[in-house]
Amino acid sequence: MTASTAIGERSDRERRIGRVVKGVFLACAVLTVLITVGIIFTLLRDATTFFAQVPVADFLTGTEWKPTQLTGDGEYKFGVLPLLSGTILITVVSAVIALPTGLAAALYLSEFASETTRSVLKPALEILAGIPTIVYGYFALVYITPFLEWIGLPVETFNALSASIVVGVMIIPMVSSISEDALSAVPDDLRQAAYGLGSTKFDTSVRVVVPAAVSGIFSSFVLALSRAIGETMAVTVAAGQTPRMLSILEIDQNLLQSSETITAAMVNVAHAEGGGGTPAYYSMFALGLVLFVFTFSLNIGAEIIRDRLREEYQ
Amino acid sequence: MSVETDSGTAGTGSADGADPDAGDNPFARSGWGPLYRALRDKAFAFALLLAALSGIAMVFILLAYVAVDAFSILDPEHGSWVDWQFLTSLPSRTPAEAGFLAPIVGSLLILIVMVFAVFPIGIGAAVYLEEYAPKNRITRLVRVNIANLAGVPSVVYGLLGLAVFVRGIGLESGIVLVGGLTVGLLVLPIVIVSSQEALRAVPDSYRQASRGMGASEWQTLRNVTLPQALPGILTGTILALGRAIGETAPLIMIGAATSVFSVPTTLFDSVSAMPMQIYNWRARPQPEFRYGVVAAGVVVLLATMILLNATAILLRNRYQRSDT
Repeated sequence: MTASTAIGERSDRERRIGRVVKGVFLACAVLTVLITVGIIFTLLRDATTFFAQVPVADFLTGTEWKPTQLTGDGEYKFGVLPLLSGTILITVVSAVIALPTGLAAALYLSEFASETTRSVLKPALEILAGIPTIVYGYFALVYITPFLEWIGLPVETFNALSASIVVGVMIIPMVSSISEDALSAVPDDLRQAAYGLGSTKFDTSVRVVVPAAVSGIFSSFVLALSRAIGETMAVTVAAGQTPRMLSILEIDQNLLQSSETITAAMVNVAHAEGGGGTPAYYSMFALGLVLFVFTFSLNIGAEIIRDRLREEYQ
Repeated sequence: MSVETDSGTAGTGSADGADPDAGDNPFARSGWGPLYRALRDKAFAFALLLAALSGIAMVFILLAYVAVDAFSILDPEHGSWVDWQFLTSLPSRTPAEAGFLAPIVGSLLILIVMVFAVFPIGIGAAVYLEEYAPKNRITRLVRVNIANLAGVPSVVYGLLGLAVFVRGIGLESGIVLVGGLTVGLLVLPIVIVSSQEALRAVPDSYRQASRGMGASEWQTLRNVTLPQALPGILTGTILALGRAIGETAPLIMIGAATSVFSVPTTLFDSVSAMPMQIYNWRARPQPEFRYGVVAAGVVVLLATMILLNATAILLRNRYQRSDT
């Protein structure tokens, strides 16, 4: 009798503890959503403050970015276009390097590599993603730019090309690991069927496996682009801080010159602005908002593409 | 890139038939067809491997350059830049006297703040998602959200830290506490995802056995699931710390100094960090900074990361072995 009451009390207490504990864990999970809400709220609030001082139209169509130094006509300039073109330039060139290389690595790993090669190659690729971006910036500035000079390119000390090269190398693992997952997820039946029809490994991988995994591959491309757009330190260190409008006709020149991306501009403003309250301070949040909108939509887009892949094989 | 051309020409070469049938292959019946096809397979695999190795090779060559510069291997007259003096001195304008002590301590303090702030929350969120979460809209939202948080650029986390901890709560900009919390936000999604994986790896039979013995959900978690998952969780967390130690942009955004001239001792001292000091030094005009001191800094930063990662891997291997 007494024993059963004791057990009843104990299990009552246990149940209460269990409920509290569950609540705490739930709070931790919800906190992660609050971080996103916090990011969006902060960016919107301070960007709004910025747009109260600088008209949205001036920001979106302005071709000059001089947030902390007065220009000749005694004004600060907050045009996002030069920064946007810097970001696009570096993202596109790094994508040209990373997407084919990453896809090739993924295809090799999933279709051709032996178990031993895989166990070496995969971690080696992961190392590329693990090196801090500031170190990549240092690589670009101190070793790659002089190398480009040595092979005869008339590069400036700070140039978009060296930055693009390191950003490209940095995002290879992102392309290769996600693409490889997609390629490995292609059912073996398809490969067997292709071999049965007399296909070689080359035919099978290029004409059967890659097309079957195309949405996963595409999703890895989109994620890599998003990563390149958000990349900050390598670009700040290697490409310099000269906001410059892209001109399609002189794209080769632009690559060899210094350039400034959205992310680099944020870092440079943060350096110049100690306190807060100036338009330059709030401009960081407007830039942050632009950056967030770009990367967020790309990430969501990649997810939608990947979900479609999952449906195909289930 | 040669790979792209390979596949491109192959595609057009047999574009006459939509069906990838060997009969479409113009070489299929000729005597040297099989040889050609076998060679093409080999060449293709080789080209892919070459592409896969290109990035890796480049980074390893660059790392070798850094090592050569940091230990001044090619300039025997000058001793190694990485030496006791470098590890124990404060920053200086003179290359020979410049040291890395303040940023090393700063980075470690930031890590300590992160461990205390992020570790409990990360594990809590992971436990909820793996052990408790009902299949409903909120759970789905949390999951999608964590995936997206991992894709937010680090510089944006810096803005969040600036707005919340500095402008919001009113902490001073650039102190250890703010730095640790801001970088903590950044690695939280990584900690959660790796903790989730560790929890998922605990066999369900363990949980069922515990529940079958009359243990409550919380008792099962505390006595069975968490202890089993702990090595995996620790491994993931240490890997996340390794990533955090190289982060620069968020620290710049919260106003951390690129160089401080006293070693931080409390959570409220101004902090620099290893990558911040590298960022500062690389802008110095003297070549000794560019090719000597910065290289030494990079070596110390990478060595710290390797140390953290090696710890994580050792931990994982050790517990994997004792488990099975």
